[in-house]
Amino acid sequence: MRPLLRRESVLPGFSLSLGVTSAFLGLLVLLPLAALAVKAASLGPAAFWATVTDARALAAYRLSFGASLAAAALNGLFGLLVAWVLVRYPFPGKRLVDALVDLPFALPTAVAGITLTTLYGPNGWIGRHLEPLGLKVAFTELGITVALTFIGLPFVVRTLQPVIEEMGTDAEEAAASLGAGRVQALWRVVLPTLLPAWLTGVTLALSRALGEYGSVVFIAGNMPMQTEIAPLLIMTRLEQYDYAGATAIALVMLFASLLLLLAIGTLQAWSVRRSLGEAAS
Amino acid sequence: MSAIVAARRAQPLTRAALSASEDSRPVRLALTAAALGFLGLFLFLPLVAVFTEALSKGGEAWVAAVSEPEARAALWLTLKVAALSVPLVTVFGVAAAWLIARFDFRGRRLLLALIDLPFAVSPVIAGLVFVLLFGRQGLFGPALAEHGVKVIFAVPGIVLATLFVTLPFVARELIPLLEAEGRDEEEAARTLGASGFQMFWRVTLPNIRFGLLYGVILANARAMGEFGAVSVVSGHIRGLTNTLPLHVEILYNEYRFQAAFAVASLLAFLAIGTLVAKALLERRIGGSR
Amino acid sequence: MSIEVRDIHKRFGNHQALAGVSLKVETGSLVALLGPSGSGKTSLLRIIAGLERPDAGQVLFAGEDATRQDARHRRVGFVFQHYALFRHMNVFENVAFGLRVRGRATRPSEQDIQGRVRELLELVQLGWMADRYPSQLSGGQRQRVALARALAVEPRVLLLDEPFGALDARVRRQLRAWLRGLHDKIGLTSVFVTHDQEEALSLAHRVAVLNDGRIEQEGTPDDIARRPATPFVADFLQAEPVAICHAAQ
Repeated sequence: MRPLLRRESVLPGFSLSLGVTSAFLGLLVLLPLAALAVKAASLGPAAFWATVTDARALAAYRLSFGASLAAAALNGLFGLLVAWVLVRYPFPGKRLVDALVDLPFALPTAVAGITLTTLYGPNGWIGRHLEPLGLKVAFTELGITVALTFIGLPFVVRTLQPVIEEMGTDAEEAAASLGAGRVQALWRVVLPTLLPAWLTGVTLALSRALGEYGSVVFIAGNMPMQTEIAPLLIMTRLEQYDYAGATAIALVMLFASLLLLLAIGTLQAWSVRRSLGEAAS
Repeated sequence: MSAIVAARRAQPLTRAALSASEDSRPVRLALTAAALGFLGLFLFLPLVAVFTEALSKGGEAWVAAVSEPEARAALWLTLKVAALSVPLVTVFGVAAAWLIARFDFRGRRLLLALIDLPFAVSPVIAGLVFVLLFGRQGLFGPALAEHGVKVIFAVPGIVLATLFVTLPFVARELIPLLEAEGRDEEEAARTLGASGFQMFWRVTLPNIRFGLLYGVILANARAMGEFGAVSVVSGHIRGLTNTLPLHVEILYNEYRFQAAFAVASLLAFLAIGTLVAKALLERRIGGSR
Repeated sequence: MSIEVRDIHKRFGNHQALAGVSLKVETGSLVALLGPSGSGKTSLLRIIAGLERPDAGQVLFAGEDATRQDARHRRVGFVFQHYALFRHMNVFENVAFGLRVRGRATRPSEQDIQGRVRELLELVQLGWMADRYPSQLSGGQRQRVALARALAVEPRVLLLDEPFGALDARVRRQLRAWLRGLHDKIGLTSVFVTHDQEEALSLAHRVAVLNDGRIEQEGTPDDIARRPATPFVADFLQAEPVAICHAAQ
């Protein structure tokens, strides 16, 4: 009998790398997440259900999902634009701009949070011009969406960029030679090609936005029922030593994250299948 | 049929100087302007704002803010946490990438999903799970308290939470790199008599060194900048369990805005350094492929 | 040193790569494994080298069972299809690698390593290239560096995977004649894999034609060309009639 996991290979280090990997994942990921499940189970089904469906929690989910979806949609639009411009059009300072796209990955979220709050606050560089128009951003849902757009931006750009590069211009030229206008070529050839990667990027941005905390708490206002996102509600419950309540809401959010992770995996598989299919043909 | 012919014939007239995949100049300019405008508003302006606010009361105020004892303690703790967690994440990343990219075994896909999992979990939940394990009411809390070991509201908890959120970074960089490199050179080293250690040290590592460095830099940026997860486990004890991002929050909540931005500007420097290193390394990694 | 494989089976997932292959390679001979892609020829070569483990069957070197022996202890020289040169090492260091990784007890002195590597680079006519990196070499030069590197460890047998596959036609012919000359000179037992019948028939002492994980026919180039044993062999050779004429001459 062969051992359960092993496939024989001439390369060494299987046992060692399996051991190290399993130890880290077990102690740092599986054990802690199991603790979450154990704690939630201790609550009992009725109390669990009551906790995860109370009005304040429902309002928090609504806000978190709503603002995250809005931010992901904005990123879908502008991310496509930015990726297209970065790959296709020459302009001075392109490498600098390209590097800047990763800023939300590199800038600590707390710094992003206080900066956006200051910019969009009533006296801020941007907020001051929006206030007279009757547009309040900081401490409203709008502000939350702005922060979530900021942190989600690189995901769409970075998943689309390589696909646009790899796509080349062959298909567009073929479409044009077959009599398609430029808009038709973009709509019928380019966009369908980019679709799997675009959806992947948008879902990644959505997934990041749902869990985001640091950049949002400062700009959110944090009024229960109104501007309190789900991660903040978990935090609030914790600060009140309501560990079971925090855990129950965390479990709901974790479940949503896992579903999104599954969606991302499926989208990526689709994306890979598509590009392989094209390479083969 | 005739319509197609007509369209084909019409094409050179309407799109005279452009190849079929080029957009006209006004379209190009408009789209470029829109993209740059968006990036300027959403990315560049905040970056400028951090430094403007940090220096709003002059250089002396900036120096005073970053050199007060609590800021220094926060900086020291941030460096300490990164120094403890990044090497561990690197060891994990190399081992996991080797395992995933070089072996085919049952459970491989599950393992890959687990490696990615911390990216999908909210930082707040990442902190919460360690409170549930090691907090006073936690599973191991009472046992730890008996032996006088403090994990939550102490440095070990901060390191654990940081490890959780940075775990995938190095592995995620190395897996595609190792897969793209292929195993030929390593097999060649084996047939030439190299031991496992010699093969790794002399062949594998030199080939992945830029990718490894890249992953380490990303993990380090996240380790030093993590806020949510660390916020849950730290307890915000000034001078003891405050990292730089937490110190920024405290200053901000005390309405000491300039001081908050001064400390934040340190973290923004870290971000800029990370971006520069990333841009430089991306060329090297691209070049060696 | 002679090589023998006995009733080798190998399966990758659902694909039966080798289904009972037996073959004897006499000491000092040059043998070609010929077949279409997917016929199992490369798998067989990798199993001889210890780069894959067979599911069943035996590999014997000079009559001794080496089936479970680790690749690093087999002392086979393996030349990879795409050469697998170490990109971050120059030509000299590539060739010296096998000597440098030896244990303290058997490692030659630095002076001996220098001498041995220079000698090998002269043998493959690349003495002047020692400081170049693989990316600065042509395909034919890389091939010869790969060969020198494999020979540096004084292998007991030489195994080559599609040695001319990645080269253009002119270089291929030159290198082929040169390799035959080299083999005649050093007399090392050698096995190479190819999908090109002309290459197999004109270069090897003996040819084994593989199809679908089995050996269809094994014999001298003359046997194979004049008396194909199975319809597959006849069909496979007919694909390029010129080759047969050439070999038959």
